[in-house]
Amino acid sequence: MRPSGPRGTRTLISPHTLGRPRGRAVYWTVFCGVVLLFALAFLFPVYWMVSGAMKSPDEVTRTPPTLVPESWHTAGYTDAWDLMQLPAHLWNTVEQAAGAWLLQIVFCTAAAYALSKLRPAFGRIVLGGILATLMVPAQALVVPKYLTVADLPVLHTSLLNDPLAIWLPAVANAFNLYLLKRFFDQIPRDVLEAAEIDGAGKLRSLVSIVLPMSRPVLGVVSIFALVAVWQDFLWPLMVFSDTDKQPISVALVQLSQNIPLTVLIASMVIASVPMVVMFLVFQRHIIAGISAGSTKG
Amino acid sequence: MKTAPNPAAPARPPAVPPGPPGAGAAGGAAARTGRPLSRRIAEQARAYAFLLGGLVCFALFSWYPAVRAVVIAFQKYTPGSDPQWVGTANFTRVLHDPEFGAAWRNTLVFTLFALLLGFAVPFVTALVLNELRHWKAFFRVVVYLPVMIPPVVSALLWKWFYDPGAGLANEVLRFAHLPTSNWSNGADTALVSLVIVATWANMGGTVLIYLAALQGIPGELYEAAEIDGAGLLQRVRHVTIPQTRFIILMLMLLQIIATMQVFTEPFVITGGGPESATVTVLYLIYKYAFLYNDFGGACALSVMLLVLLSAFSALYLRLTRSGEDT
Repeated sequence: MRPSGPRGTRTLISPHTLGRPRGRAVYWTVFCGVVLLFALAFLFPVYWMVSGAMKSPDEVTRTPPTLVPESWHTAGYTDAWDLMQLPAHLWNTVEQAAGAWLLQIVFCTAAAYALSKLRPAFGRIVLGGILATLMVPAQALVVPKYLTVADLPVLHTSLLNDPLAIWLPAVANAFNLYLLKRFFDQIPRDVLEAAEIDGAGKLRSLVSIVLPMSRPVLGVVSIFALVAVWQDFLWPLMVFSDTDKQPISVALVQLSQNIPLTVLIASMVIASVPMVVMFLVFQRHIIAGISAGSTKG
Repeated sequence: MKTAPNPAAPARPPAVPPGPPGAGAAGGAAARTGRPLSRRIAEQARAYAFLLGGLVCFALFSWYPAVRAVVIAFQKYTPGSDPQWVGTANFTRVLHDPEFGAAWRNTLVFTLFALLLGFAVPFVTALVLNELRHWKAFFRVVVYLPVMIPPVVSALLWKWFYDPGAGLANEVLRFAHLPTSNWSNGADTALVSLVIVATWANMGGTVLIYLAALQGIPGELYEAAEIDGAGLLQRVRHVTIPQTRFIILMLMLLQIIATMQVFTEPFVITGGGPESATVTVLYLIYKYAFLYNDFGGACALSVMLLVLLSAFSALYLRLTRSGEDT
């Protein structure tokens, strides 16, 4: 169905109209307008950020501003890296995101596999309880969640200022769990039964049959898990009061109060690089993943 | 806006396992009844061993906090000491806070603007993009790029744009010989300024989802409409919109649910100001908990937000379910 090449399936404007000289003129005018508009709206702010960090502290606050830095300085970037402890905060973010990803992959796949293939008693009730959390918007529960993390029931320990405060709540992700379960549902039971006859246990068939067959959905879940942690702000703001433990998003806001503008902008660029690079590398998968959910309806 | 990049997926009813009809399910049922009790207990134990990690996390960080929000809303709660029951005192205190009305009004206005701007802009963008036959991948990547920039960075970036001195926003206005604006620093313009940021940062997802929906419209419908003499706008009105009505409704509901929980933009850009012109409900919850140390009040507010948002979520799930059936 996807239109390929310059002419695809019929859309709002007919190919016939587009074929005429006037149609073609209008098409190319609109095309150029959209390219210009997109460049101004989405690319220019990024350019402004990257180049602004390379201006001198005096030039960056000048009015009217200069479009291109008069001289290119890297001091903003090196200062941000050295003085703002960015490596430490970036490392915190990586640690939090990687742990959340790993725990989600382990516990969500195990739970999804159990719900899909192992027929636990009350399985439908458990699944219902998990899906019900989709209805409860996460942000509305941050305060009681914070109180729970600050004083865990039974154990009476606090996870505040500990990456576990990010890792464990990340596992309670009904969206990813359900995505995995739906994918596992489509794996025929016969395949697993054949493996069992060959003597494979449940864990063995999960690891060596189900997971290899589920690479596409694991990729999607992994990207969602990483992006969610990297982009989150309110939750890490609450649980990391200790500056040394803060991820880059929280640290940026705290630092933004009293550092030179060029250094702040450079820090913003550095904080954006990992996700933007990941997006550019996996853009085809990410865009296909987002589009896929909507083809029905 | 960011919580569910794939909005139609979570609500689908569980798929029935495919495969040879009857083979899997019937075989399983026979096995279940035919096995001795000890074997079945062992199987259940194993199933729950797989479920355990996930269940504990859901219990601790989803189910328990939901119950606790309701409980603490009726308590005087200070961490470290025993909570006391106070009846509805938390609710009355919160209701009498002058910021309460402001926060709800701001949140509703924000949501309304976000629907007007944050929905109309991506809608038109997707419509236009769907007509372009060149550089398709480029447009999709560029429109989604801001979504990948951390929200805190987007907010700080726009805070800099809105700066009354060295900000780019006023510079653009001056360049176009228009009167300058106070943007996020003016009581009248602050909310709209934040909506612009939120739209810029989040529209990529809406555009991509809507684009995919547009590609599902059969070309014959447009042809038939054109033969009947329908002009461009009439084709949009009588073909495009009715054909994508369902996904439009979905995206709108998701937009409402997401914008009602807005926090990062007002926190980073305006700090709730000027004069609580941009304090949102979630921001007020944060203030009650972490500035006033009033967890009872924070939970009372959370419960109110929860009830309202759950109603929208329930509507969303109902609609997606009924959409599946048709």
